[in-house]
Amino acid sequence: MTEGLMISIYVFVLAAFVGVEVISKVPPLLHTPLMSGSNAISGITLVGSLIAAGEGHGGLSVILGFIAVVLATVNVVGGFLVTDRMLKMFRREPQNKNQRA
Amino acid sequence: MSVVAALSYLIASVLFMSGLKMLSSPKTARKGNISAAIGMLIAIVVTLTDQRILDYTFVLIGLLLGSAVGVWFALRVKMTAMPQLVGVLNGFGGGASALVAFAEYIRMSGDASLTVWSGEARLDVLITLVLSILIGTVTIVGSMIASAKLHGVMRSAPILYPLQKQTNAALLFTALVLGVLFVLDPSLWYVLIIIAGLAVILGVTSVIPIGGADMPVVISLMNSYSGLAGAMTGFVLSNNVLIISGTLVGTSGIILTNIMCKAMNRSLANVLFAGVGAEYDPSVQAVEQRTVIRYTPEDAATILESAQSVIIVPGYGLAVAQAQHVLQELVNVLTAKGMLVRYGIHPVAGRMPGHMNVLLAEANAPYDILMEMDQINDDFQTTDVALVIGANDVVNPAARSKKDSPLYGMPILNVDHARTVMVCKRSLNPGFAGEDNELFYNEKTMMVFGDAKETVTKLIQLMKS
Repeated sequence: MTEGLMISIYVFVLAAFVGVEVISKVPPLLHTPLMSGSNAISGITLVGSLIAAGEGHGGLSVILGFIAVVLATVNVVGGFLVTDRMLKMFRREPQNKNQRA
Repeated sequence: MSVVAALSYLIASVLFMSGLKMLSSPKTARKGNISAAIGMLIAIVVTLTDQRILDYTFVLIGLLLGSAVGVWFALRVKMTAMPQLVGVLNGFGGGASALVAFAEYIRMSGDASLTVWSGEARLDVLITLVLSILIGTVTIVGSMIASAKLHGVMRSAPILYPLQKQTNAALLFTALVLGVLFVLDPSLWYVLIIIAGLAVILGVTSVIPIGGADMPVVISLMNSYSGLAGAMTGFVLSNNVLIISGTLVGTSGIILTNIMCKAMNRSLANVLFAGVGAEYDPSVQAVEQRTVIRYTPEDAATILESAQSVIIVPGYGLAVAQAQHVLQELVNVLTAKGMLVRYGIHPVAGRMPGHMNVLLAEANAPYDILMEMDQINDDFQTTDVALVIGANDVVNPAARSKKDSPLYGMPILNVDHARTVMVCKRSLNPGFAGEDNELFYNEKTMMVFGDAKETVTKLIQLMKS
């Protein structure tokens, strides 16, 4: 087993613990934004997609990479934006209902 | 990878973690999301300046196209359709991970036409490659099916077929055996294609038997899968930022899945395989012709007029009727009359975790009055009116007493402890679980039949006059 792999496994296990600690503290009130926001974070696979699409060999791997870039970008951009749209709506003070037509 | 790139990825990871941490309070949540987005931007910019990218044509076209679609999705979606959108986005993330794994395989093979395998690959890379393709493909297909069901493009009732469990187990087993075969001989590229094909079938067969109201579990599970697929791709590429973020999302999805299952007192296996919501047949269920007393909105308004405290229990019917704005308007009217008005929200109300909260926040409901089940359940006994709008199973007392009911053991909102219960509903039809609701026949229950939006609008008019 290589050293790199060992480090990756450490990272994996520790990240899982951080995940449990951090996520269990999110109240049900915010579960939908949590899902869409964490979902946007999982679009990090875009990093891999970019490299695959830009390798310049041409051929199949670039095409696959290109599709992956499109999908992952939709995931990232759509995910963060929609989460922001939702979180903007959560307010504490009772609002005067001025946004309804 | 250069030192600068490695450190930038570390900064991105830290921003993701602190961003998620800030989501634990509505006060800091928006900042948290923005901080995670900045982390993502850093990771993307660093990757774009990486020397490994030689040709920017496809990269830039892909980024522009994806951003345009993403912005369009995010700005156009209605809050009621949020579960579908999150499903689609999950699927895209999972699909991208699978594609990256495949592209990396082609690169490793050393020959783009795949005729000769001249590559060398470590065992762990091959194993995670198979897992990434398998999980990623199941995620994209399963999420699309779930979204189609939620959007009403597909029948949302469970579609059952013989030997469900066995079929899914056999598909998964075959895919894993083929995976081992591939790991032993990585030149067998077509085995990867077959695995992806099996994953497509598995995505379909595992999600179609799950009914509409169980979708919160499926969406959470797909969320988890999309993260796991990303983490596996991280192993393939030896990229720690992918492993960290993928794992964070994976655990987040699993935690939510677990919360949803607990809130229904069902195991994950039961949700995935039991096909609840399928067997409902009105002719069999009508045990005896019992009558309920129909009340008019005028009757309801009279009772509400003299109430001091009201708890509103919303359900998926609120989303269907798009009645969240009028409902909050009613709350404002009641609050202006000096009543204590709050919402009681069941964890599985709606079609995804937290669905009701988002709808009500959209309608300008301050989040201090959006109470969780555990916070508010003891308050029903001192409350004058419990107003149930578009909810059914989550207030069904059969969950407490009726041992043979599919709802038995599920924690419910104790609306029947309130002095008066008002139920605003279209018809007497049972909820998703197919269990007749005893609450409707209770002598302190007032059934007001009709469309939620119309009824609530009527109530507002009456209360104002």
